[in-house]
Amino acid sequence: MLDIQKIRQDFPILNEVINGKPLVYFDNAATTQKPLPVLNALTRYYEHYNANIHRGIHHLAEKATSAFEASRHKIQTFLNARHVEEIIFTYGTTDGINLVAQSYGRTFLKEGDEIIISTMEHHSNIVPWQMLCEEKGCVLRVIPINDEGELLMDEYEKMLSEKTKFVSVVHVSNALGTINPVAEIIEKAHAVGAKVLIDGAQASSHIDIDVQALDCDFYVFSLHKLYGPTGMGALYGKKDILNAMPPYRGGGEMIKEVTFAKTTYSDLPYKFEAGTPNIADVVAAYTAVEYVETLGKKQIADYEHELLVYGTDALNTIGGLRLVGTAKEKVSVISFVMDGIHPQDVGVILDQQGIAVRTGHHCTQPLMQRLGIPGTSRASFAVYNTKEEIDKLVVGLERVKKMLS
Amino acid sequence: MTINEKQDELIEDFELFDDQLDKTQYIIDLGKKLSPIAEDYKTDENLIRGCQSKVWLHSEMRGDVVHFEADSEPTAQISKGLVSLLIKILSDEKPEDVANADLYFIDKIGMSSIITSRRAGGLASMIARMKEFAQRATEKVS
Repeated sequence: MLDIQKIRQDFPILNEVINGKPLVYFDNAATTQKPLPVLNALTRYYEHYNANIHRGIHHLAEKATSAFEASRHKIQTFLNARHVEEIIFTYGTTDGINLVAQSYGRTFLKEGDEIIISTMEHHSNIVPWQMLCEEKGCVLRVIPINDEGELLMDEYEKMLSEKTKFVSVVHVSNALGTINPVAEIIEKAHAVGAKVLIDGAQASSHIDIDVQALDCDFYVFSLHKLYGPTGMGALYGKKDILNAMPPYRGGGEMIKEVTFAKTTYSDLPYKFEAGTPNIADVVAAYTAVEYVETLGKKQIADYEHELLVYGTDALNTIGGLRLVGTAKEKVSVISFVMDGIHPQDVGVILDQQGIAVRTGHHCTQPLMQRLGIPGTSRASFAVYNTKEEIDKLVVGLERVKKMLS
Repeated sequence: MTINEKQDELIEDFELFDDQLDKTQYIIDLGKKLSPIAEDYKTDENLIRGCQSKVWLHSEMRGDVVHFEADSEPTAQISKGLVSLLIKILSDEKPEDVANADLYFIDKIGMSSIITSRRAGGLASMIARMKEFAQRATEKVS
């Protein structure tokens, strides 16, 4: 059993007072708060061994380089990747998807090829593919969902054909919390010879990820949703595929030799890491992953599930409130709409009570169009949240209702 | 009353509340009192861009003053309240006064949590639209 009160002490920001009320932070799907060990790792880096990596000969450069590469090993283990060079550091999930769309997509996809995404994708997993389709003349196809917010898998199967060359789907929906059956999606895509990318932005902090067991070709996630720093993430790719892909940004560590006649590129993973990377944040990412591992993924998931069940029951007691996204398999995300009340107004009035939720379309406008709503209010829970905080949300929402009736 | 006198009065009204929620309630209630706008005025042209929620603004000259009317989609009650504040301050004033108005009340009423999140979008666009109309009106007069 996790000692939540003790865990909360690791997160200094949870002591903030907002509008005279103690902060209740329920915007974890947007970004999680950072524990002291991660904050300390960042400071320690800048205080003791800030240096540019890989080429420096001096002590600090050496130390920074090994800390940087230690993070790569940590993420390799975290995802259970076979090879360490299969982990490419990116600026986040969006950056990882763009890398694959631009490098793999522009090289291997051609006119008439079909790319499958789903209705519940974040704009980050729509727009890079639309850009590619525009450039290469590929066709984008979209897996529909039911009213509960689950993918219609039989429709997906019908879409698959020898024309399908790429499938890119979200592991966990940011707006609804739905956990998608990605293993099945991958298997079926492979059966027609398509490559698969899984957008793990919302999954990494809630679900155990094993890229070998999943057999996905690419997996992307961001560290800032995993109690780590902002501005960094990782792209996993199968080694042979990454090797076949050309670099898509030039400069810095990605070169082997440059002459004005020709440039040769570094080996994996460096050929995809142009320029000075986000060293401090990569280094601190080690500590974030370690923090999660120490608490235990399973324990975190079990506790968050408890919060989800408690929160779902509690919010269901509020008249005129409707949950959006009621999939059987869900992480701790509760999206909802209230009769006659704009989600933005919900957000403002909750904020005045110290409660942080997200409101709007959650960068999933096509999903909102499918659901026929302009947006939702979303409370998303992390390991440091409590049932008492959910009780405060209920009181807060009753107040919203009273004020706007 | 001049624009600044109206602003000062509004600032005084808000000083009566020490709780943010009470201020918000006051804004919501002001919105509810805003006269409805004719359906004909709810055009794309009158829609304010940058609002997460829909707000329409109709501007016209009535004699020598600019008259503003606005409405929001029914659910967006806080937006409507904020718009009603602007109308309270700027409507039925001389165009040059509207065009040159310094809207210091926004910082003074202590509602930065609402206003800043909207300033980038709705409220700023709304003010820009009102001033633009007033400016054009002064140019026509001169």
